[in-house]
Amino acid sequence: MSDVFIYDHARTPRGKGRPDGALHEIPAVQLVTQVLEALRDRSGLDTALLDDVVIGCAQPVAEQGGVLARAAVLNAGYEKTVAAQQIHRFCASGLEAINNVAGQIKAGMSSAGIGGGVESMSRVQMGYDSGAWTSDPRVAFHNYFAPQGIGADMIATIEGYTREDVDAYALESQRRAAKAWDEGRFSRSVVPVKDAMGEVILDHDEHRRPSTTMEGLGNLKAAFPALAASGYGKVARERYPEIEELVHVHTGGNSSGIVDGAAGFLVGDERFGKASGLKPRARIRAWASIGSDPTIMLTAPVDVARKALRNAGMQKEDIDIFELNEAFASVVMRFMDKLEIDHSRMNVNGGAIALGHPLGATGAMILGTALDELERSDKSTAMALLCAGNGLGTATIIERI
Amino acid sequence: MTAMRHITLQKKSGVATLTLNSVDASMNVVSPEWLDEMSAAVADVKDDASVSGLIIMSAKKSFMAGADLKVLVDAYRNFTPRDAFAFSQKATKMHRELETMGKPVVAALNGLALGGGYELALACHRRIVVDDPKAVVGLPEVGVGLLPGSGGTQRLPRMIGAKAALDVLLGGKSYRPADALKLGLVDEVVPADKLLDAATAWLNTNPDSVRPWDKKGFATPESRGMVNPEAAGLFSATTASVVERFGFNLPAPPAIVSCVFEGLQLPIDRALAVEGKYFARLLTDPVARNIIRTTFISKQAAVKGARRPKDLPTSTFSKIGILGAGMMGAGLALVSAQAGLDVVLLDRDVATAQKGKDYAAKALAKQVDKGALDRAAADATLARIHPTEDYIQLAGAQFCIEAVFEDAQVKADVTQKAEKALGASAIFATNTSTLPISTLANASKRPDQFIGMHFFSPVERMELVEIIVGKKTSPAALAAALDLAAKLRKTPIVVNDSRGFYTSRVFQILINEGAAMLSEGVAPARIENAAKSAGFPVGPLALLDEVTIDLPIKIVETSRAEEGGDYAPAVGLPAMYKMRELGRTSRKSGAGFYEYPADGKKRLWAGLGDAFPVKADQPEQDELKKRILFSQAIETARCLEERVLETPQDADLGAVYGWGFPAWTGGTISYIDTIGLKQFVREADRLAQDYGPRFAPSAWLRAMADKGDSIYEQLDHEGDRDRSR
Repeated sequence: MSDVFIYDHARTPRGKGRPDGALHEIPAVQLVTQVLEALRDRSGLDTALLDDVVIGCAQPVAEQGGVLARAAVLNAGYEKTVAAQQIHRFCASGLEAINNVAGQIKAGMSSAGIGGGVESMSRVQMGYDSGAWTSDPRVAFHNYFAPQGIGADMIATIEGYTREDVDAYALESQRRAAKAWDEGRFSRSVVPVKDAMGEVILDHDEHRRPSTTMEGLGNLKAAFPALAASGYGKVARERYPEIEELVHVHTGGNSSGIVDGAAGFLVGDERFGKASGLKPRARIRAWASIGSDPTIMLTAPVDVARKALRNAGMQKEDIDIFELNEAFASVVMRFMDKLEIDHSRMNVNGGAIALGHPLGATGAMILGTALDELERSDKSTAMALLCAGNGLGTATIIERI
Repeated sequence: MTAMRHITLQKKSGVATLTLNSVDASMNVVSPEWLDEMSAAVADVKDDASVSGLIIMSAKKSFMAGADLKVLVDAYRNFTPRDAFAFSQKATKMHRELETMGKPVVAALNGLALGGGYELALACHRRIVVDDPKAVVGLPEVGVGLLPGSGGTQRLPRMIGAKAALDVLLGGKSYRPADALKLGLVDEVVPADKLLDAATAWLNTNPDSVRPWDKKGFATPESRGMVNPEAAGLFSATTASVVERFGFNLPAPPAIVSCVFEGLQLPIDRALAVEGKYFARLLTDPVARNIIRTTFISKQAAVKGARRPKDLPTSTFSKIGILGAGMMGAGLALVSAQAGLDVVLLDRDVATAQKGKDYAAKALAKQVDKGALDRAAADATLARIHPTEDYIQLAGAQFCIEAVFEDAQVKADVTQKAEKALGASAIFATNTSTLPISTLANASKRPDQFIGMHFFSPVERMELVEIIVGKKTSPAALAAALDLAAKLRKTPIVVNDSRGFYTSRVFQILINEGAAMLSEGVAPARIENAAKSAGFPVGPLALLDEVTIDLPIKIVETSRAEEGGDYAPAVGLPAMYKMRELGRTSRKSGAGFYEYPADGKKRLWAGLGDAFPVKADQPEQDELKKRILFSQAIETARCLEERVLETPQDADLGAVYGWGFPAWTGGTISYIDTIGLKQFVREADRLAQDYGPRFAPSAWLRAMADKGDSIYEQLDHEGDRDRSR
C-alpha cells in the first residue's frame, strides 16, 4: 500500500459568523475556491495531477449543497477531469474529507487529491440540514436525542467540572490563541480572503477576544438551561441516571465560536511528489472514526483516539501534540482526564473557543494547526480529532518526514 | 334504504338533514353499525339530485362522543394490528365519502363533540356550535393512550396549523365554544335556537364543497418536511416537550407527533392511512388497554357503585360532622361543603376549628381569583361550614368522619363523645391510614355502623378514598359510606381490615425498597431517577422525606411488636435508623435524604455518600425499575390472596390514584398481567434469589400462573368472589 503524504495546507481566516462578520458577504463556494486557488498558485500545481477534491460540510444544503466541491473545482479553474465529492460527518467532516482522499491513495486508486472543508455559518445557519436524528419525532424519541450543549453540560456534571474550571480552560484558550497570532504561528497557512473586487476583506481570525478575563467570562449567562427545561434535561437523566440535576456551566465564552471559513490539504503518494516537484511535509500515519452514545454525544474523542492509536500501532505517549476541537471546554477537559494527557501537549495554540469552529472546515484547520506547530517546535507526531454530531468522532495521526 | 337504528335522514327544500339519534344509548357513539348507516346515508344524499346540501345534527343532548371505550379496551386481546387498522379505516373511509361527495356538509353541534364525534365534525365543510359552555369540542384520545384514528391528526393541522393542532392533540383538552372559535376548531358560535337557521343560511351561500386539501397545490409550511427548517425545529422541539410532559413510557404522545409530521408531507389519503397504522399500533399495545381499563372503565364502575352492596336504599345526606380541623379535616369540610352538605367542623376549641374553615376559605378564594368560581357560590359554600367545639352540634348529622390525630386513644375518645350526640342511624367513619378499623371499632357502641374511610391529602385534589370494612361493619354502613363517597365525588375502593389496609401497606413497600437500595450502595440519584423513569412522580427517598422517617419506622416497629417474626417491608429499616441517628428525618424538619436550601431547589444531601457508600459497580436502571415495580406488585398480589383486596380493579385503582403507581401500567395487578403472570412469577423468583424473599411468589400466585397468564381473567371468571367474612 502506498504511503500518504501531506504536501501543503491552506485555510482562510475565520470570520465572525454573523451579519457583521467580515466573511458574511462571501458565499461558501468562494471560500473553497480561494483555498483551492491558493493551494494551486503558491506551488504552481498542475491540477491535472489531482484525482479528487473532497470537501466536508456540516450543513450541506442550499448554497453549500449540490456537491459544492465540484462547483468550487470548476470555479477555481482546475482541470475539469478532477473529480469532486461532498462529505458529511457533522463537525468531523473536514478531517474525514482528508481521510477519504488518504484512503483512495492508500488503496492505490488515486495518486493525489485535496481534502478539506467549509462552513459559512453566517449564511447557512446551523440546523438548516436538520435530519431525522433531530427532527423526525420517531427517531429523535427512540434515539434519546439531545442537543450538543446538553451533552457538554452532561459531561461537566458527570465529571464534576465547575463553572470556574471550564472558564479557566476558556481563558487559557484565548491566551494561547493570542500568543500564536502575536508570534505569527498561523502565517504559513492562512490565506487572506478577497472580496468581489479582489481586495482583502479578512486576514486574521476575527472571533478572538484576547482581552478576555475570568470576571468577564464569569458574567456570561449559562447557555443551555432553557433547552434542558424543554425536555432534554429529562432525556439526559433517562440515559445518565447518575445525574440528579444538570449543572449548566457552558456559555458563549467557553464554547466554540460560530464562524465562517474553509480549509484544504493537498495530499498524494510519492509518485505525485515526483510529478509535481513538491516536497512532502508529513505523512498520514493512520486515522479512525467511531460512534459513541448519541445523547451525551461528545465523548467519542477518547474512544476514537484509542482506535486511531491502535490503527497506527502507537501509544498515546508516541504523540507529541494533540489538537482536539474545542467544541466545548468540557470535551477537551474530559479527554485530558481520561487519557491523562497534560495540557502542555494539548491545543497548544488555542482552539475553537478562541478561534471559532466553522463546523465542516474545522477538522482540516486543526490538522493544519498541528502540522504547522510540529514544524515550528520541531516535533514529530500529532493527532487531530473531533467529536461530532450524534455521537460520532474522527481522528487522524500525522508524522513529519 | 333499510331501517336505521342510529340516524335518520330527512330531506326538505333541497336540504338533507341527518340526525344522530342512537336507539341504544343516551349518547351517540361511533360503532361499526353506525358507520354503515352513515355511508348509506351519504350515498343517498350524493345520488339525490334534488339535494344540494347536508346538515348533520343530533337529537340527543350532546352531538356525539367517540368510540365506546368498552369496545376499545378489548382490542388489545381481540385485534391484530391489521384488524385495528381496518377498524380505524372504516370510519376514515366514511369521512372521506362525506367530505368528497361534492355537496357541502355542515356540522350543527348542539352539544359536546369529542373524539370520534369531533372527528366527524372535522370531516364536514363547516362547524357551527351553540353558545353553551357544555357544548365542548376536543380530541381527548391522548388521555386514554390512543390517538384520533379517523382523521383528527390530519384534518386539524391542515385547518389550524401544525403547532396549534399539536397543542390540541397532545393536550387532550375540551374547548368551550368561544375558545374553540378562537383556535379555529369551529367556524361559528350561535345561540342554541339559531343553530339550524345558521346551518341553513350557510348552505344557502352556495359554499365550496371541496376541502382545501383536495385542491391542487395545497400545502402547509410543514408539507415540505425538513426542507423547511422551521418545520424541522417545530418537530424537534415538540418531541422534547413530549418527553418533558409524558416521559418515555407512553407510546401515544410520540405517535401523535409522528402522525402530524409524516402526514403533512403526504396527500390526504396516504396521510390518513399512516394515521391509521400508528393508531393500530397503539390500540393493540397493552398500555392503551391498561389506561382505558383502570382510569376509565374500572374508575367509572367504582364511581357508579361496583362495590356497593346491592338492594340497599341509597342514603341521602344533608349534614355531616367532621372531627378534627387539621389539614385532613379542613379538606374534608371543604369537599363536603362543596357537595352541598352542612358541615359541623369540630375541634378542641372554636379557634382551632375556625382554622380549618380558614383553610377552606383560602382554597375557595383561590378558585374565585382564577375565575373558576363566582364569589356568591364561594360564599354560600363557606357559609355551610360551622366551626365548633360543642359535640351537641353533631345532632342530626347523618354521617360523621373523624380525622383526629393517629392515636387509638384519642380516636376512641372522640368516637364516644360523638356517638352520644349523633342519631342512632348515623354512620361513623374513621379516617386513618394505618390503624386497624376493627380495633378502633371497639370504642364504638355500634360497631356495625363503624367504618374506615381513608382519604388522601390534600382531600380536595386527591380523588381516591379507600373504604375499610371492619369485622363488624354492616353492609348498610358500607353502602352509606359509598353513597357519601359518590356525593363527595371521590373514587372509592373497598378493602378489608388489615394492617395498613391496602394502599398504606404497599406504599411502605415502595419507600422501603428505595431505602434498601441505598443501604446496598446504589447511588441515590440512580434510585430516584429509576422511580421517576418508571413513571412515579417522585422518587422513594423524596417520598420518605415527605412522610417523615419516623412514620415507616413506627409502622414496622408496631407490627413487629404485635405480630413478631420478620415483617417483610422492613428491608429499608437500617437506612431509616441511620438517617434518624443522623438527625435527618424529614422535609418538615428541613433535613432528610435531601437538603432544602432556603433559596433554591431541594437537592440530594451531599453527605449521603458518606452515610451510605456508593458501590463502584452500579446496577442497570432497568433492574432498579423492576425491583420498584415488582415489589409493589407482589405485595398487592398478597393483598388479593389474603382478601384484604377483593378485586383486581380495586387494586389497580388504589395503586394509580392512591400513591401514584404509574398509569401506563394500569396499576399493580395490570402490571403483572402486562408482563404475563407466568413470566412475572419466573422473574419474581429470580429477584427473590438476588434480593430476598420479599419477592418470592406465594403458592397461591404460582397456582394462578399454572392456570393462566392473567390475574384479571381468572378472578373475573371466578365471578362473585366469596364476599362473606
